[in-house]
Amino acid sequence: MNGLFSLGSLGNIDFSFFNWLLVRDFLLQGLLFSLALTAIASIGGLLLGTLLAIARLSQRRWLSALSAGYVNGMRSIPLVMVILWFFLLIPLIIGQPIGANGSAVITFTAFEAAYFAEIMRAGIQSVSPGQRAAALALGLTPTQSLRRVELPQAIRNMLPVLLTQTIILFQDTSLVYAIGAYDLLKGFDTAGKNFNRPVEAFLLAALLYFVISFSLSSCVRRLHARCSQSGSQSLSLTHGTSP
Amino acid sequence: MIELRHVGKTYTTPTGPLPVLIDCSTSVARGEVVVVCGPSGSGKSTLIKCINGLEPFQQGEILVDGISVGDPATNLPRLRARIGMVFQHFELFPHLSVTANLMLAQQQVLGRSAEAARERALALLQRVDLYAHRDKHPAQLSGGQQQRVAIARALCMDPIAMLFDEPTSALDPEMIGEVLDVMVQLAHDGMTMICVTHEMGFARKVAQRVVFMDGGRIVEDAASEQFFGQPASARAQQFLSRILR
Amino acid sequence: MTFEWQVLLQDTGAGERYLDWLLSAWGWTLAVSACAWVLACACGALIGVLRTLPGWWRSLGTLWVEGFRNIPLLVQLFLWYHVLPALMPALRELSGFMLVVLALGLFTSARVAEQVRAGIESLPRGQRLAAQALGLRLPQVYRHVLLPQALRLALPPLTSEAMSIIKNSSVAFAVSVSELTLFAMQAQEETSRGVEIYLAVTALYVISAFVINRLLLTLEQRLRLPGATA
Repeated sequence: MNGLFSLGSLGNIDFSFFNWLLVRDFLLQGLLFSLALTAIASIGGLLLGTLLAIARLSQRRWLSALSAGYVNGMRSIPLVMVILWFFLLIPLIIGQPIGANGSAVITFTAFEAAYFAEIMRAGIQSVSPGQRAAALALGLTPTQSLRRVELPQAIRNMLPVLLTQTIILFQDTSLVYAIGAYDLLKGFDTAGKNFNRPVEAFLLAALLYFVISFSLSSCVRRLHARCSQSGSQSLSLTHGTSP
Repeated sequence: MIELRHVGKTYTTPTGPLPVLIDCSTSVARGEVVVVCGPSGSGKSTLIKCINGLEPFQQGEILVDGISVGDPATNLPRLRARIGMVFQHFELFPHLSVTANLMLAQQQVLGRSAEAARERALALLQRVDLYAHRDKHPAQLSGGQQQRVAIARALCMDPIAMLFDEPTSALDPEMIGEVLDVMVQLAHDGMTMICVTHEMGFARKVAQRVVFMDGGRIVEDAASEQFFGQPASARAQQFLSRILR
Repeated sequence: MTFEWQVLLQDTGAGERYLDWLLSAWGWTLAVSACAWVLACACGALIGVLRTLPGWWRSLGTLWVEGFRNIPLLVQLFLWYHVLPALMPALRELSGFMLVVLALGLFTSARVAEQVRAGIESLPRGQRLAAQALGLRLPQVYRHVLLPQALRLALPPLTSEAMSIIKNSSVAFAVSVSELTLFAMQAQEETSRGVEIYLAVTALYVISAFVINRLLLTLEQRLRLPGATA
């Protein structure tokens, strides 16, 4: 039992290798790529995802089925496999090699589009059909009903989920490790190897990812609370009092 | 047997303290049936939940069979096991069959054997006329049937008193009668009962006393003939004229 | 372009065919996923309950959930594989398989905990009161009344977590556990028949997810209460 909980190696932990030069030479490039990948993939994914969602809700059977097939296909394969697939196929299709970073951008855009499309479809379908009926009964045109009544509610429903998915996307960018793209995690990995301090490097990596994800998700939670507040203000009053 | 002395309770809300019970005192003797009534928001349900400690209170004292409910040293689970309670929304456990609902606390709290618990459960189901439904789940029963099961579940614990928190308020009108019949029978058998209810017919028939609450206070605490004959307070008169129409 | 499926029958050079390797890799993927799911459900239920209790128990649960939710799974895996054994010598005895199970299981436990907490909080307050009114103590209230109902409510999200776990087990490639994704990467390199290899691996992932989905839907129907709607 001796040594089971002993932190014998704790004394060897040494963060002195961590300085500005290391940040500049190893981490900055990786961090910028991770952030850029997140930004491009979420904007591209949002555009492509909107098209997919519209196709999914379309009256044309074949268009809807095509979109559903794409979305469900993407969602049932591990992201790492999707990354490997694109890295393998893109050079075959365009006829010339493509770098790991370029491949990652295309992969994540295509992958996130599927998840965003699903979130948007659910958001639009969450608005009850009675809302449309009520708007039409008031004399609004179908377009006015969509713009003034249905979409505002749908967007309010899906906004927090879309933002949460973006935070997950940021965390998922670390998976480009599979094809050797130089992202934030790879930066820490390389720095750890060069200075022979992998333990400290991975600890710092975990800390940085946590700080970024946690602060972003706290913002989303606050936004979500503000969104839902207007709808249910009486909640705090009814709680706990007797009828 | 049940004694309330100057009970007070205050909720802290974002906008400041909100008193829900103010200086409530009354007592219930063994075998007595007391009806608590009053407009909604008057604190009736909160008061009755204080009696078995489901709602904490800050001022005053409640004694049940000589045991102080508010005393931190009191073993609340043991005290609650001796007081039956019936809720507005039945609160049967939906994942358990009717018989299992009646057996759970007998086994877990009283430590009865499965056979003993089942025997007692089936006897009480017979008493509320639901023996035939013993293997069903709550969702397969009507509201009235569910509430009768809930009464049987409380009686399984051989309680010294029963608390009813608006037992018929959530029922369709045609089912109120079957539940009240069980309660009337219980009263005639000599059970000590405190009932929060708007059923004035029931109150007139079996209650010895009526406690009328308004704004968190006990406004009137009178023998039932007197309460229905000539209520002392204007609020009670108003309430009665509205509810009896 | 033509498919050359014979590639699966080629010898790997280690006395077995690629097909044999593929099937054993599938076995590792399923084993990792199954063990991690059991760990995730056990820990998740416990943490989910903690998140509904008052006082510092709740804070402990919150810390757990936020910690495991805000660090990428791959980074967590590296923590288990490279960092924790260096700090705690006892962990050096554990195989890569066990470390992946721990990483994946605890990562998923945070998500399971959220489902369990949501399930418990969605139950009517009266259920807790009714159980207490019968004299049940708090652990009994959870054990006999709240958890059986909350877990039923959490079953559909738990089904999708089980499917996520199969997908997420693919990160094990990074610490050299010989599961499907590592097979895909290595066999692709050795044979240069990437499309066939990837197709086979992808098909096995999809089949696994589909079978798990059916199994859990059956369980869901089996556990549905008589008289319950929807």
